Amino acid sequence: MPAKETEKYKLIVKPSTAQVRPYVVGAVLRNMKFTQAVYDSFIDLQDKLHQNLARKRTLVAIGTHDLDTVSGPFIYDAKVPQDISFVPLNQSQAIRADKLLEMYSHDSHLKEYVPIIKDKPVYPVITDQKGVVLSMPPIINGNHSKITLNTRNVFIECTATDRYKAQIVLDTLVCMFSGYCDQPYTVEPVQVEYPDGERVQYPTLYYRQQEASVSYCNMLTGVNETAESIAAMLTTMSLSAKPQGQDKVIVEVPPTRYDILHECDIAEDFAVAYGFDRLAADMKMPPTNTIGQEFELNYLSDKLRLLLSQNNYTEAATFSLYSRIDMGERMKVNLENESWVKVANPKTTECEAVRISLLPGLLKTLSANKHISLPLKLFEVSDVVLRDTCPSATRGTGARNQRHICAINYNVKVGIEKVQGLLDNIMVALKVPYAGDNNSQGYYLEEKEHPSYFPGFCGSVIISGVPVGHIGLVHPEVITNFNLNNPAAALEIDMQKVLELINLGK
Amino acid sequence: NMGAEGMDVQQQILHALEKNGVVISNEFAVSEKETHQKVVGAIKSLESLGNVINVKQIALKTWECTDEGNNLATSGSHEARLFNSLPPEGRSLTDIKASFPNSNFALGAAMKNKWLKKEGEKVIPAVSAIEDEVQIHLKAIAAGGENSVPDKIKAEYKKRKLIKEVDMTVFEVSKGSAFTTSVMKQEAELTKEMIESGQWKGKTFKPFNFKSKGRIEQRSGYLHPLMQLRSEFRQIFLEMGFTEMPTNNYVESAFWNFDALFQPQQHPARDAHDTFYVAEPGKTISVPEDYLQKVKKTHSSGGYGSIGYQYDWSREEAHKNLLRTHTTAVSARMLYKLAQEGFQPVKFFSIDRVFRNETLDATHLAEFNQIEGVVADYSLSIKNLMGLIKGFFEKIGITKLRFKPAYNPYTEPSMEIFSYHEGLKKWVEVGNSGMFRPEMLRPMGIPEKVTVAAWGLSLERPAMIMYGINNIRELVGPRVKMELILDNPLCTIDKWTPTGNNS
Repeated sequence: MPAKETEKYKLIVKPSTAQVRPYVVGAVLRNMKFTQAVYDSFIDLQDKLHQNLARKRTLVAIGTHDLDTVSGPFIYDAKVPQDISFVPLNQSQAIRADKLLEMYSHDSHLKEYVPIIKDKPVYPVITDQKGVVLSMPPIINGNHSKITLNTRNVFIECTATDRYKAQIVLDTLVCMFSGYCDQPYTVEPVQVEYPDGERVQYPTLYYRQQEASVSYCNMLTGVNETAESIAAMLTTMSLSAKPQGQDKVIVEVPPTRYDILHECDIAEDFAVAYGFDRLAADMKMPPTNTIGQEFELNYLSDKLRLLLSQNNYTEAATFSLYSRIDMGERMKVNLENESWVKVANPKTTECEAVRISLLPGLLKTLSANKHISLPLKLFEVSDVVLRDTCPSATRGTGARNQRHICAINYNVKVGIEKVQGLLDNIMVALKVPYAGDNNSQGYYLEEKEHPSYFPGFCGSVIISGVPVGHIGLVHPEVITNFNLNNPAAALEIDMQKVLELINLGK
Repeated sequence: NMGAEGMDVQQQILHALEKNGVVISNEFAVSEKETHQKVVGAIKSLESLGNVINVKQIALKTWECTDEGNNLATSGSHEARLFNSLPPEGRSLTDIKASFPNSNFALGAAMKNKWLKKEGEKVIPAVSAIEDEVQIHLKAIAAGGENSVPDKIKAEYKKRKLIKEVDMTVFEVSKGSAFTTSVMKQEAELTKEMIESGQWKGKTFKPFNFKSKGRIEQRSGYLHPLMQLRSEFRQIFLEMGFTEMPTNNYVESAFWNFDALFQPQQHPARDAHDTFYVAEPGKTISVPEDYLQKVKKTHSSGGYGSIGYQYDWSREEAHKNLLRTHTTAVSARMLYKLAQEGFQPVKFFSIDRVFRNETLDATHLAEFNQIEGVVADYSLSIKNLMGLIKGFFEKIGITKLRFKPAYNPYTEPSMEIFSYHEGLKKWVEVGNSGMFRPEMLRPMGIPEKVTVAAWGLSLERPAMIMYGINNIRELVGPRVKMELILDNPLCTIDKWTPTGNNS
């Protein structure tokens, strides 16, 4: 519909908005009929758009106003917080913008939006000709222009950091609510004037044509319908469609269907219209003929897991995320010297770090099972993660998984020879010979200190001269740190390294 | 344990049987001066040998001393003690009454027996020696020889509360069909020496008590129930001809985790709220450059028949490292690799860990295992996807399936998979699925006519249903109680039938 007064329904954009929230769109809904239900639905749609499409108001923020309480044209500017003062929604006193943000940072509903503009040099603000503040996006509207059940004419403005999204949000609002105007499905445009001279009219209400091939729709769905039949079914999905020849359907995509990007979106609507139950009644396995294959590392890991259970060890399944304390201090390990992966945004301390060893997890499992009779023998064959700068080893990421075997024997009295026996069995299974004095191939043990183990009772497991892990008595301090009180003999080896070395030897 | 002693009693019983034909347990006990309990024990042992003896249980009434009766049997009757305490010249009545307990009774009885006579204020012994009939009787009764005491006298003692009548079970033993006087030692164990020497042939064995509980010397080893279920699912995929993907990289770039899947950079799932971003190493080292350019273009301005998302795609955003939110990132890598090597139809699967930065509760953890199946072939349709899903779920006993249209950023069409839960009497969601979008496949170099079907579910959810667990921390993590592992040594898929018991 043409604008009643083109001069009045303008949004003039000032240059400083570019620093914080460059884009704005607007529209006018004339002679709306608001019942409580319509009003609630109006607010609800805005909330939903804010949460999803507008990505929690960071991309787009919607402001809706009673047009009759303000006088256009409207100015969209960005000012220093101290220069902005107005009566915000549901308040009675004017409050300065910086104080307002302070206030809302404690408000359960609004606090998550405060960081969007808080530290910016200027805050966005929309005012009318008389200086009345309509809104300070994305935080809050002014009380002056608030919509009530008596509102007849609605002014919608959406400020944004994503221009395209703002257009979609506005189109959606307008399409959903223009039905309540006295003249249903009409809207009056608003012109946006950018400082560089660009002039754009909103809402765009962009309808576009999307072609869909009949053979593609049929192929994807697994049916054999004609162009006419497909077009008819699409129409039942509120997509206006017409057949064009035998193999094409032309669909008019309305502004509300911004999710339609490709003909596969059309094909899906067709499939839904056809009926999934109907399709399921004729389902068939694909003719794809392949022979299955296990990932070798997993194949070998499963064999080793079985072997460890055959040695009377019980499998634990622990988390790969740890707190720093569990991985560092409690294990007497200085994390500064380790290449561990640090999580940027953990919600709890339990998710601060990705494990570099399986031992803390097993110690925690022991701690939760003090009611079980001793000896307690646990194992786990699973991945730890290490930082690494090699692109190929890390698949381009900068960190790699490493498959470890870890076993612990916790008892009133326990010696290293207990887990040494286990290690011997593992090596026999992997066909790694014990390196005698003259044999440089094969494995042997050598005393070596490790902070988590008791000095004098810790050794390095070495294969063909390369250290692959540790074996020893867990340090008494570590035992106590995990709320345990019996000695424990433990073993942890890098299974992938072992496999590499064995294969090299071949 | 009878031991050698018991042997003797058994032997004695057999000899008595040989001589007399019948043995009554309580009479035998008296005559052999053994306790009745021991005799009964010996009879029972003999009985267990088979048909050596026949035993008949008889209920008898028998006389037993009360506590007082036993007292008198030991120390003598009051009257006898009184008599024995008197010096030849006797004692004054007053004296006796003051110092001797039960004096009145004792005096009366002693006088009646004419053991004492009165002489003025004194009583003096009237005879030189006495026989304490009461003690003799009580001793006899205590030893089981009550028949030696006349009934009239027994009635008196009963009145005096020295004896009481009790019920007793005695056994009448007679010769059995396999009667023999030689009782052999009963072996409990079959030993190496017996076998080697052949001696076992000449021995009798005490049959094993099958009602007793077994004994294990050392706790055996176990595999974790969740890992066992994982093995079952791996097996199912292999049976269906699927190849396992190498998923051993928890740290992934946003590029492979999101952008390669055509998930826009503005999508809420990429929020710090839902995804674990990595601080160190914060930036991914590299992704294939040519491919990156194609992905960038498809996102920002479209291509391959798509209008794209119309936004400014950020290289920096794509190079952020995170803990992967799904193993679909690996599926993307594999499909890209396949396209580079020359496309051919494939079936891929993976079961591995993924990470979500969610608020934790009884059913949600920060990390869990995702099961994923992917099939890439020419002209695959939704019907094929449904067929694959049906084949897969049938393997775990789920046959009633329905498919509901859904939304996924990287599949179109998408379907939620529902199965009918017999116990809850409703349809519950068991997985998610879809056909990968062309905007994802084409930039990789996957040919136009190829469509890719994929489906997934979590491993923990079916495990919780199978093992009847409501809190996921009871299944996985360090706080799992070992009882879960020890009580579930074997995982068989047929347990996974959603019946009323495990809801």
